[in-house]
Amino acid sequence: MIEPLLRVRNLRVVFPHRHGELVPIDDISFDVKRGEILGFVGESGAGKSMTGAAIINLIDPPGYIENGEIWLEDERIDQLDARAANRVRGKRISMVFQDPLTSLNPLRTIGDQLVETILVHLPISPEEARRKARKGLEEVGIDPARIDAYPHEFSGGMRQRVVIALALSAEPELIIADEPTTALDVSVQAQVLELLKKLCREHGASVILITHDMGVIAETTDRVAVLYAGRLAEIGTTAEVLNSPQHPYTRGLIASTPSVEHGDIGTHLFQIEGAMPRLDALPSGCAFHPRCEYADRRCAESRPDLLQERVACWQYADG
Amino acid sequence: MDEFIRFEHLGQRFDLSEPLLARLIYRRPKKFLDAVDDVSFSIERGQTYALVGESGSGKSTIARMAVGLLLPSTGKVLIDGHDLHDRSRTEAEHRRIRQRLQMIFQSPFASLNPRWRVGSILAEPLRVFGLVEDRAAELGRVHELLDQVGLSASDARRFPHEFSGGQRQRISIARALASNPDFIVCDEPTSALDVSVQAQVLNLLKQLQRDLGLTYLFITHDLAVVRVMAHRIGVLKSGKLVEEQATAELIESPQSDYTKMLIRSAPRIGSIQARTGMSQA
Repeated sequence: MIEPLLRVRNLRVVFPHRHGELVPIDDISFDVKRGEILGFVGESGAGKSMTGAAIINLIDPPGYIENGEIWLEDERIDQLDARAANRVRGKRISMVFQDPLTSLNPLRTIGDQLVETILVHLPISPEEARRKARKGLEEVGIDPARIDAYPHEFSGGMRQRVVIALALSAEPELIIADEPTTALDVSVQAQVLELLKKLCREHGASVILITHDMGVIAETTDRVAVLYAGRLAEIGTTAEVLNSPQHPYTRGLIASTPSVEHGDIGTHLFQIEGAMPRLDALPSGCAFHPRCEYADRRCAESRPDLLQERVACWQYADG
Repeated sequence: MDEFIRFEHLGQRFDLSEPLLARLIYRRPKKFLDAVDDVSFSIERGQTYALVGESGSGKSTIARMAVGLLLPSTGKVLIDGHDLHDRSRTEAEHRRIRQRLQMIFQSPFASLNPRWRVGSILAEPLRVFGLVEDRAAELGRVHELLDQVGLSASDARRFPHEFSGGQRQRISIARALASNPDFIVCDEPTSALDVSVQAQVLNLLKQLQRDLGLTYLFITHDLAVVRVMAHRIGVLKSGKLVEEQATAELIESPQSDYTKMLIRSAPRIGSIQARTGMSQA
């Protein structure tokens, strides 16, 4: 069996709070294989972005990783000091954020920013770095002649391409893309996702794609992890999870997503009652049980573990 | 058919020229942007018309003109045959028309005053339009509104921050209903909400339309949402209406290339079958 690129085991992130502690991520374990796109899907506050932040050591204090391990191949990366973390971040793991405007420096040309990133991480000369920057732009479909343009001279979709070029410039093994297309129009979204898939194939890089959109998951990812209230509800290949979802939450999420393919004005959308609990008011047992139509006493009393490395739900506990 | 609102050759032109002095010195011409350019359509009473388009297509500008928040540069908005922007009308007459038009905004975090209790937020339109006689009637109506949108009477004493995004959007809907409107403009009402909550709000809007006979102008970029919400769809691109049809026809057999591209780009869960099918072959 091939070693996974990234292994996360029993990750638990804690934020001290005046009434005890908040736990935005509780006991999450998963692997990312080489060259695969793993999707993280869930609603706001489910812990998707926090998981990404934990991997690249960017959790804002006072939050901290209380328990668990994160391994990048054979190096443990959850306890690195600031200097060692900088060596990994940007070089081996890079990040693409939702809003391309805030992740680019408006005062410097995109060429400057690309060259700077390359020089920090790769042992090459400035001339070579500039050549590499031009090649990087070409790869994401931007005319290399625009290397000396400023971020404001590009449209939203083009800017996100620049950010992707930036993320790829140091030849990382893992890219964490946090809602990379949420701020973009659908037509541009399709292009950016296609680009991400292509680059992932060509460079052999792995991607963690964080999104709230089940459609994006279906179009892009190889495997998917469904998060709810900081816990893993279900994980599996995208085909398994979307074709035969097991967790009642996953089923609800899929059923409540409207589709361009069917439905009309008379369609009553499936709805999950209520809303995701706030972190300071998590219910006992399974966090989903107050909204779950199958919940029984056991669900309210104790929390289900991930069963058969697939689903965390008591329904599947016996047999 | 019973037409409720008609948009006639509607246009909105924004002046983007440089200041006068700069124009004189550098001999620059005046610059204009036609955010909305000669758009005409009408909505039947009790139906939903969806305007679909990408950012910058002019959908929100039309929404603002439809409720009178923005004066059109050219063209007219006719409600039951009366010009919404007729300047010869008195303030009192204007007010009576405006009472029939309401709007629900995209972000329920920005559109509710954080320092007002929900009760006051809902009571304001009642007072402004003089719809209640005394405090008791006001309170009764507030409770009725909360009940209509699936909240409880005790929620009137709470502040907006105590509610989740979906509940806040319910409060916005209750506020829009307070003045007994005929027509509500919904400007991306669910795009700030999570999927499971979006379904709740969309179902609620449909329920209210059936119960109260409301007419909606629904603004969105999401074709999947439109499919279950709208009777008719207009597709906007750079301020122009490129295509307009009944919902099923538009999505099943789009005519313009732009509409086809929009439909093709919409991410769909069903695509997983095609993808896995291909990988097996």
